[in-house]
Amino acid sequence: MTGPAVAIRDLEKLYGPVPALDRLNLDIVPGEFILLAGPNGAGKSTLLKTLALLVRPNAGSIHLFGEDARRGDRTGLRRRIGLLSHQTFLYDHLTGSENLVFFGRLYGLEDPQGTAREAIRAIGLEGRGDDEVRTYSRGMQQRLAIARAFLHRPDLLLLDEPFTGLDADGSDRLEAHLRAVRDGGRTCVLATHDLPAALRLARRVVVLAAGGILADRPAAALPAAELEALVRAAARPGRGAPHPGMGAARPDAGPGARP
Amino acid sequence: MSYFRTVLLVAAKDLRTELRSREQIVTLLFFALLVLVVFNFAFDFTIIDFVSLGGGILWVAFIFSGVLALGRSFQIEREQDRIQGILMAPVDRSAFYLGKVCATFLFMAAVEAVLVPVTVILFNFPFGPRVGAALLVLVLNTLGFAAVGTLFAAITTQTRRGELLLPLLLFPAAVPLALSAVRSTSHILAGRPFDRYSSWIALSGAYDLIFLTTAILLFDYVLDE
Repeated sequence: MTGPAVAIRDLEKLYGPVPALDRLNLDIVPGEFILLAGPNGAGKSTLLKTLALLVRPNAGSIHLFGEDARRGDRTGLRRRIGLLSHQTFLYDHLTGSENLVFFGRLYGLEDPQGTAREAIRAIGLEGRGDDEVRTYSRGMQQRLAIARAFLHRPDLLLLDEPFTGLDADGSDRLEAHLRAVRDGGRTCVLATHDLPAALRLARRVVVLAAGGILADRPAAALPAAELEALVRAAARPGRGAPHPGMGAARPDAGPGARP
Repeated sequence: MSYFRTVLLVAAKDLRTELRSREQIVTLLFFALLVLVVFNFAFDFTIIDFVSLGGGILWVAFIFSGVLALGRSFQIEREQDRIQGILMAPVDRSAFYLGKVCATFLFMAAVEAVLVPVTVILFNFPFGPRVGAALLVLVLNTLGFAAVGTLFAAITTQTRRGELLLPLLLFPAAVPLALSAVRSTSHILAGRPFDRYSSWIALSGAYDLIFLTTAILLFDYVLDE
């Protein structure tokens, strides 16, 4: 593929009069692993849901893998996207395996049972796969939700707070899995407040504030402390104000940043 | 995945969930039985002929319990944002709609399968040789109600007070179906020949066709944000 995996132009999403995304521009090249950081209400979840084709923007355009997300083959695009949201999307009265088989069949997997079995083993839930999800702890449900998002091996992974509810073992497994995703060349956008863990994985960091891009830098050039300071500053009224570690009174003029 | 396999997959998921939780079927059954018992005590059927009221009594029980089934059917999808998991899947959304219609139809049919024999016992009124016609009326009208109800349940599930909005939208739209169901059931109970109520059955069939077709064509937009 020659073009970007994701090309966002002047994207705007309003909830009533409040802009959740404010004329946002962003390009993501195939295989890129992006950390989406920002305070609550910055527009991270809205951006992920818009990329997942769940939210229709008020203005602007999104091209995914060269295809217009509004007018193109949306069914074909959905096949290439995996989303892990705040909610698990899991059915309480189905077992872990049944949930994965259900979603595997929806995605037209050749061997949904086998894939589900393998996924259950990969997330460390062997022995509990035949139990109903309502008997799982929050962390176990999160593991299963992660398996659901990865099940059809999407080309574009959208992860919203994937570390929520996970214990140390679960976090380690997820981090290892995400590292494999990154090294395997799949495109991933990760929104999280767990910045140190995310910085170990990401190659690029985009900081959102009030629906726009405040900073867009290579992850290697952004220490965790500086990123945290940046996010804290973005949370304060009048984003872009001077803060320690940034040394400037204006947003970064990175590739996706607004002028 | 083929269209009809998706329909079956969604319906099977709903049925399996319900068989385990038994949340809907128990509520539906008790509600419908309660309606029958209340009507049995409200009217003195030694004076009033059951034929004149039977159709109305039965369909009040079926329709109101059906509203409960519809509300719960989409409440399950709203919890945990499960509907978003479905919407993200590369399947035709109308297949999801038809799967939901099938599941609601089966829930309502299960309630009817219990309620009709109970009616026969409670009101001492055998359907006798009119079982075939009665079945046709039950199937056509239950299908129509599931079709229109699922469409409106999907619309209202996106709103904040969806459970209040559903009956407000559904009942006016279901008036032709309710009329047809009650009138044809009354004719069957009275033992009248088929041609006396065939036009009502044709109305139910046309209603089913119109609403199923419209919903299949529109469902993609209904579920859009």
